[in-house]
Amino acid sequence: MAGLLTVVFDGVAYGMLLFLFSVGLSVTLGLMRFINLAHGAFGMVGGYVAVTLLNGFGVPFLLILPIAFILTGLFGAAAEKAMIRHVYRMPELQQVLFSIGFAFAAGAVANILFGPQQQPMILPSWLTVQVSVLGLDVTAYRLFLIGSGLLVGLLVIGLFNYTLYGAKVRAAVDLRRTAEGIGINVDRLFLVTFSLGAAFAGLGGALAVGFLGLDPTFPLKYLVIVLMVVAIGGPGSIVGSFLAALGLGVTDALFKYLVPEVGGFVIYALLVIMMVFFPKGIMERSA
Amino acid sequence: MNGSWNTTRRALIAAIPAAALLLSAGSALAQQKTLTVGVVLPLSGVFADQGRHYEDGMKLFQKMHGTESAGVKVNMVVRDDQGPGSGDLARRLTQELIVRDKADIILGYSFTPTAMSVATLLTEAKKPAVLVNATGAVVPTRSEYFVRASVTSAQLAVSLAKWAVDNNIKTVYTLVADFAPGIEIETFFKKAFEAGGGKVIGGARTPVSATDYSPFLQRVLEAKPEALFAFNPGGDVSVAFMKQTKERNLAKAGIKLLVTGDVVDDSQLPAMGDAVDGVISSLNYQPDLDNPLNVQFVKAFHEMMGPNVSPSYRAVMGYDGMGFIYEALKRSGGKTDADSLLAALKGAKIDSPRGTISIDAQTRDITQDIYIRRGQMKDGKWVNSAIKTYPAMKGAAD
Repeated sequence: MAGLLTVVFDGVAYGMLLFLFSVGLSVTLGLMRFINLAHGAFGMVGGYVAVTLLNGFGVPFLLILPIAFILTGLFGAAAEKAMIRHVYRMPELQQVLFSIGFAFAAGAVANILFGPQQQPMILPSWLTVQVSVLGLDVTAYRLFLIGSGLLVGLLVIGLFNYTLYGAKVRAAVDLRRTAEGIGINVDRLFLVTFSLGAAFAGLGGALAVGFLGLDPTFPLKYLVIVLMVVAIGGPGSIVGSFLAALGLGVTDALFKYLVPEVGGFVIYALLVIMMVFFPKGIMERSA
Repeated sequence: MNGSWNTTRRALIAAIPAAALLLSAGSALAQQKTLTVGVVLPLSGVFADQGRHYEDGMKLFQKMHGTESAGVKVNMVVRDDQGPGSGDLARRLTQELIVRDKADIILGYSFTPTAMSVATLLTEAKKPAVLVNATGAVVPTRSEYFVRASVTSAQLAVSLAKWAVDNNIKTVYTLVADFAPGIEIETFFKKAFEAGGGKVIGGARTPVSATDYSPFLQRVLEAKPEALFAFNPGGDVSVAFMKQTKERNLAKAGIKLLVTGDVVDDSQLPAMGDAVDGVISSLNYQPDLDNPLNVQFVKAFHEMMGPNVSPSYRAVMGYDGMGFIYEALKRSGGKTDADSLLAALKGAKIDSPRGTISIDAQTRDITQDIYIRRGQMKDGKWVNSAIKTYPAMKGAAD
């Protein structure tokens, strides 16, 4: 029984990591409807920022996270202003080609700058200790991930669902011309929103490195799983992404534990079933 | 005036054939004295890192030992096969190397599938190929032109099984990546371990690119074996695996961790940190081996790559691949035709940074010492240190 609970706990932590990693995509792909396959590239930027600061300058881990968030956001803003805003109104296929090309290019640049090897990321000791929670031995890092996931989830949901800014974004996405007509500066709004999406990707990347490692193939390696989270969650719904990420994390862990012969396959089967019966995901956003 | 013209003319007449002779001798010399080594490695994409290690090793060999062997100049022509997913590309590149670049011998192929895809081509073209990795048992049987200078999955698995038996480990749980090399390693380990009186009490196969191992490790903890034998395909996957074994604290539960050496690749140790503490692994090389050639090799490697980069076993396998080609030239008396080279490679024996290694004349597979290492802290860095040697292990399992 304790074993099962430990596995569920680890699954929840893994799910939180998936959520942190995909919440940015939920914003850019879900809310802004930009087919952003370059999402992993922004996560990678956050990862390299974190690794460079931690290993090169010995910056404390808790300070690294906001820096990775801000720097990746700025990088996202630059990319949006220079290239991405010209792609918003193009057909979806062109968005796919553009963003996947962007991801490949980002990986190649990382290869030149940092080399092809794995980047070492040694977490501070307070994150690697074992702690006892309700009789379960868990590591502090997984607890930290769960805490971060909840915090980021609440922040993002609050921001997009309960503020004027969020209302403006939703309005501009649904009826851009009308939104412009009533005086919303949609270009600037999208710039800010895309940068936020990139910034959350960077934060997720920085948190993921301690768990998933980091090398120049990062932008493509985890693309499938984050797309799954957003697709199952229902594009545009932060709550949906949150539930989908948790569900995937726990399901994956449980099946790997209970039936290891097929465990790794179950979540993909789940994706197929979801897409057949709930093509708009579990939390379809009403316009 | 007349006399001097005569002398000049006579001198000219004498000079022409001499010059012609010299010229022809010169071109004959140029024709005989070059050996073109076609190199096929993954130099871009996910596996670019390991491809670079082999290439560094080959270059270092030429830097340390010159570009000539037995009077023959050895040239390298390097091509990028992009990794295990593109066997068709490796095949095309090999063909181009043989036909267009007139390669006399091929050196490379990091992956078993890549080597398999070029096997028939090599047989047809009658060109020998020296493998720098491609550890699958079946590879040398697919073409009689394959010579393996690297290591075999059997050597790594069997040596660990022997160590487990020698150290009174009775029960083992196995956790291998769910693809052909993983299953091969699992089979070799199980066979050797149970032949020695041990028992495999359970096992699971993990997805090849899994990064969350905690459900599998929970099963291991519940099975309570004395040791866990694990194999996964290196890179980030192995870094994640190692970190999580530390997180789940196998050591505290009294479970010893045994892995093939590529899982705790020396170049990845900084990323694994204290997770390698006490981990037992088997490999054909590590940088702290105490033999004169290795000391020289490590010094030259640092000169080439900087003081912070240690040579990996892959760099040594690239270095030795070139070493076998140089030795083959010596044994053939400088002959560069395929039959002479292949005949000279069979049974060749060289001194390597990993000790004395040889090619078995029958199986064309590598015979070498396998080292059992333990992860430990040394001079403020995590390293794998040799604790036992299984000498002259054959490449093919019995």
